[in-house]
Amino acid sequence: MTGTSPAADFLLARHRWHWAEAIPWILALAAFFLFPGWLALGTQILIMVLFALSLDLILGYAGIVTLGHAAFFGVGAYAAGMLSALLGWHEPITGLIAAAVSAAIVGLIAGLIILRTRGLTLLMLTLATTILFQEIANTFDHVTGGFDGLHGVTPAPLLGLFEFDLWFKVPYLYALAVLMLAFFVIRRIVYSPFGRELEGIRENVARMHAIGAPVRRRLVTVYTISAALAGIAGGLFAQANAFVTLDVFSFDRSGAVLIMLILGGSGRLYGAFVGAVVYMFMEDQLARLSPEFWQFGIGLLLVLTVLFARRGLFGLVETAARSLKGGGR
Amino acid sequence: MSTAVLETRDMCKSFGALEVARNIDFRLDPGARHALIGPNGAGKTTFVNLITGTLKPTSGQVHLGGQDITAMAQHERVKHGLARTFQINTLFNGLTVLENIYLGIAERKGLGHAMWRPVGSNREAIDEAVALIDRLQLTEDALRPVRELPYGRQRLVEIAIALGLEPRVLLLDEPAAGVPSAEHGILLDVIDSLPTEIAILIIEHDMDVVFRFAREITVLVSGGVLTVGSPDEIARDERVRAVYLGESSHV
Repeated sequence: MTGTSPAADFLLARHRWHWAEAIPWILALAAFFLFPGWLALGTQILIMVLFALSLDLILGYAGIVTLGHAAFFGVGAYAAGMLSALLGWHEPITGLIAAAVSAAIVGLIAGLIILRTRGLTLLMLTLATTILFQEIANTFDHVTGGFDGLHGVTPAPLLGLFEFDLWFKVPYLYALAVLMLAFFVIRRIVYSPFGRELEGIRENVARMHAIGAPVRRRLVTVYTISAALAGIAGGLFAQANAFVTLDVFSFDRSGAVLIMLILGGSGRLYGAFVGAVVYMFMEDQLARLSPEFWQFGIGLLLVLTVLFARRGLFGLVETAARSLKGGGR
Repeated sequence: MSTAVLETRDMCKSFGALEVARNIDFRLDPGARHALIGPNGAGKTTFVNLITGTLKPTSGQVHLGGQDITAMAQHERVKHGLARTFQINTLFNGLTVLENIYLGIAERKGLGHAMWRPVGSNREAIDEAVALIDRLQLTEDALRPVRELPYGRQRLVEIAIALGLEPRVLLLDEPAAGVPSAEHGILLDVIDSLPTEIAILIIEHDMDVVFRFAREITVLVSGGVLTVGSPDEIARDERVRAVYLGESSHV
């Protein structure tokens, strides 16, 4: 076969970058210059985008539904936090590496144990994982700070040059750089043969067995990678905010990241960006309007999304882009 | 007598007191065209599941190419050359026809764990998938999600995925089930033209398909082998007739 068919071209070219993929990064950089007063929120958003992306890898691609993804965020946060607050190692980048490695180890062990199960059992076990870690962090309060939180996280200047400032300029750019790097890795994985197999597992496990794929090994591998990325998000969170509380393991956090991904659209990478931005902005704005009822607004948007935009808000963007393109012909 | 490519020896399976496979001795020769028939509840699906490794036999063995595979997991058996299709379409519904077939080929080529290079970097696997799609006349549907295809076309995808695995042994579990008779033609042509080096076991209710295709037939009744023979022998066999007459007018 020397001639190319349209079908072959589709798979050959699928991983290539589209110009529109530059948009989120341009917007993120533009926000840095245009809205210097919003960088604290911006940093939290970038961290949640990374966290949602790590979830997309296992939920959107491999189809593992989890209510306990905060376990890995939390392990990463405490790893980076304790390294600085307790051991006096303040260099931030190695702190993030420690966060990634710790979360990956936890992800690997948890994955080996719980990924034997499926469906509701698996869902409950993911939830149990994060509750377990919250209890551990609470019990060993002499090292974790328990309910009072872990204070004294003081990252050293980034690359020895840039101090973590109160206006969140350095944390914002730092988080953006880490997000870009992580996104590059995730995107690469998604468009690899391994990434295609993850989609195969999501679509039909029985058929994956029947084509000879070692399903459990694939699942444990991606769970470990996802845990490492969530751990990096947690590590960034600890360094940017200079403290860690038990809240990093909370069910709220697991739920929030799930809602972000569903809002934005799962299994499509950029859904995590849209979902995290929309959720975090709404939370920020609605909480000002009504500190008690802000969740109503997010709940309403979630219901509307699930009813009318099954592929999430980014799915709407895709549809709009496609019809524009079709109209232009 | 050459060595069997697939063989079961005294294979039994019971769920509690219920025996669903009783002392099954079965052999499939290289290049065989063998049909497994039997009334509903005879244990045909159980037999397939025991061979593919979805179920583990209570006693007895399964051999593939002379190697004992009884303890092997399902996906390892596939790597040793045992492929199957499903009675009810078991496909990657949200993925395109091309991706459905590509996945099996990529896994066979050992690409499944490659996460640091794009799918597009391996031209060979993609071309192979496209060639298979052309062969099964699925070209115009190659980029459509499988779930949008009519059921009969999906049956072809089932077979295409299995062929992409380049099996030594192929189990076709009721390939014509659910396909309107108007669309039988293309499906039967595909089955007829399967490579002769593949040993094929077809499990089928439709006797037209069985007698057109099979050179040897095994009749399964209540979990045990009633008889094995050529289509002529089976057609003349009084016991087979009795079993089927009790059930329906298939024959």
